[in-house]
Amino acid sequence: MNVRTIRTIWLRELRSYANSPNAWVIAAIFLGLTGLAFALSVTGRYPEATIRGFLFGPIGPMGAFFLTILIAPALTMRLLAEEQKLGTIELLLTAPVRDIEIVLGKYLAALTILTGMYSLTIYFPLQLFFFGSPDLIPLLTGYMVLFLVGAVAVAVGMLGSALTANQIVSAIFSLAILLVLWLFSATAALGDPDHAWTDIVTFLAMSEHIRDMAFGVLDTRDIIYFLSLIVFFLFLTVRAVETRRWR
Amino acid sequence: MIEARGLTKFYGDFPAIEDVSFAAEPGEVIGFLGPNGAGKTTTMRIITGFTPPTAGTAVVAGHDVQEEPLEARASIGYLPETVPLYTDMTVREYLHYMGELRGMRKSHIRSRVDDVFGLCRLEEYTDSLVSKLSKGYRQRVGIAQAILHEPPVLVLDEPTIGIDPRQVVETRQIIRGLGGDHTVILSTHILPEVSMVCDRVLIIHEGRIVVMDTAERLSARLGGVSRVVMDVRGPRDQIQQALSQVDGVVEVQLSDAGGRQQFVVECAPGRDIRIELARAMADRGWGLVELRAMGLSLEEIFLRLTTEDEETAA
Repeated sequence: MNVRTIRTIWLRELRSYANSPNAWVIAAIFLGLTGLAFALSVTGRYPEATIRGFLFGPIGPMGAFFLTILIAPALTMRLLAEEQKLGTIELLLTAPVRDIEIVLGKYLAALTILTGMYSLTIYFPLQLFFFGSPDLIPLLTGYMVLFLVGAVAVAVGMLGSALTANQIVSAIFSLAILLVLWLFSATAALGDPDHAWTDIVTFLAMSEHIRDMAFGVLDTRDIIYFLSLIVFFLFLTVRAVETRRWR
Repeated sequence: MIEARGLTKFYGDFPAIEDVSFAAEPGEVIGFLGPNGAGKTTTMRIITGFTPPTAGTAVVAGHDVQEEPLEARASIGYLPETVPLYTDMTVREYLHYMGELRGMRKSHIRSRVDDVFGLCRLEEYTDSLVSKLSKGYRQRVGIAQAILHEPPVLVLDEPTIGIDPRQVVETRQIIRGLGGDHTVILSTHILPEVSMVCDRVLIIHEGRIVVMDTAERLSARLGGVSRVVMDVRGPRDQIQQALSQVDGVVEVQLSDAGGRQQFVVECAPGRDIRIELARAMADRGWGLVELRAMGLSLEEIFLRLTTEDEETAA
């Protein structure tokens, strides 16, 4: 792998995000809604000095986790689909560049944008410190798990974008996978609780792996779970790019 | 410089190309000629490493495109059929990006980009957005990115398609100027383009190579002027007879198009007898309204070549 090539592609995609309105609109929506979620969670009758309201959402699922799942496909849908539509993929795949370098460069660009959005929410916990005395650990692990969920969501989005030249189809596909991953635990509740499948499905659910970290408990199993998902989806993306050559 | 051996590519059950073999020497300009769907693009995509062949091998600058893909691709500049440009970049940004992807050093890119702007006559548009450029200028940007890293091999797929005639001439001059330093493969379905630009012609038809020859020998073989259409006012039968008696005429056919008398004169291959034909009419005082040479269409060339091959086989 050539780090320089990855960096070249990463920088080009960052510039492209900065030049198009999409990323700015998505960031505005994300910051607006999570701001609302945070404000509601700290202004109720029993306000808590935590970011759990910001992460999970005080009403419905409209917190940072669920919003990440909604916005990640919108951020990533362009990345490979547009190259296929414009035909620029032909130049990219005939340049002395490995497929994995293309995928990683684009992946890191989307993740950088997402991380940028997350870091703009830092003033929520800063307010907590100003007006109250929150625990530091749950804040740190909360942001960590938010980043991991974002990293998985962007990896899934990359796969969707690699599979089609149509950005809308790509976004819908990625969103469907992410919703299934997110809602696996609910599916598990339907089945026989003693059946082995129930355990497997529950284990695969993302929602099962965010809770501990959001409450300040670090478990390596959760981290390995997220890392495996990221590697798995990026691997599939590289494969999907390879098949582009055969079509 | 380029060596293709038995390239075959199947899309499902459909063979896009079958057993295509050829070699290109350094500095040579080779033209792929063939109608749409003949397999030109497929052959080029295999050489550039975009598509793997079903069978056969291609070696570019000493590197097998499948065994050493990165090395082979690094020695190729490629202009695909639809010029692939990022519309949100300026011409300069785009060329810098392509240069970096090919591993060129920043300082080298900077000096090369200026050279390439000159070569492709893009000086006025260096900082225009690609999306604002006309088709002809996009084509030039496409050529600019292909030659940016000074590759020994250039692969240009239909470089003059869809641009206006003046730009076609300029583009051909650019390509002609590239031969010598680069080995160039270009595809076209325009016959005269091949003789203008290429050293050697490779005619592909239905996925197979029909003919591989130098441009001069090919046109000699096919004859220069082969058919002349004449519009003459006068006694029909006498005219036809007079025309048939001109030296070098093989056959005279009469066609009545819209009440006018048109004679289609088939000439012996390789002979231009237009002057003799005109004189034959003028001497007898008949009114010669129109006389024009009818070039061979690509389809007719294929017909000739395929029948020619059958004749020699028989």
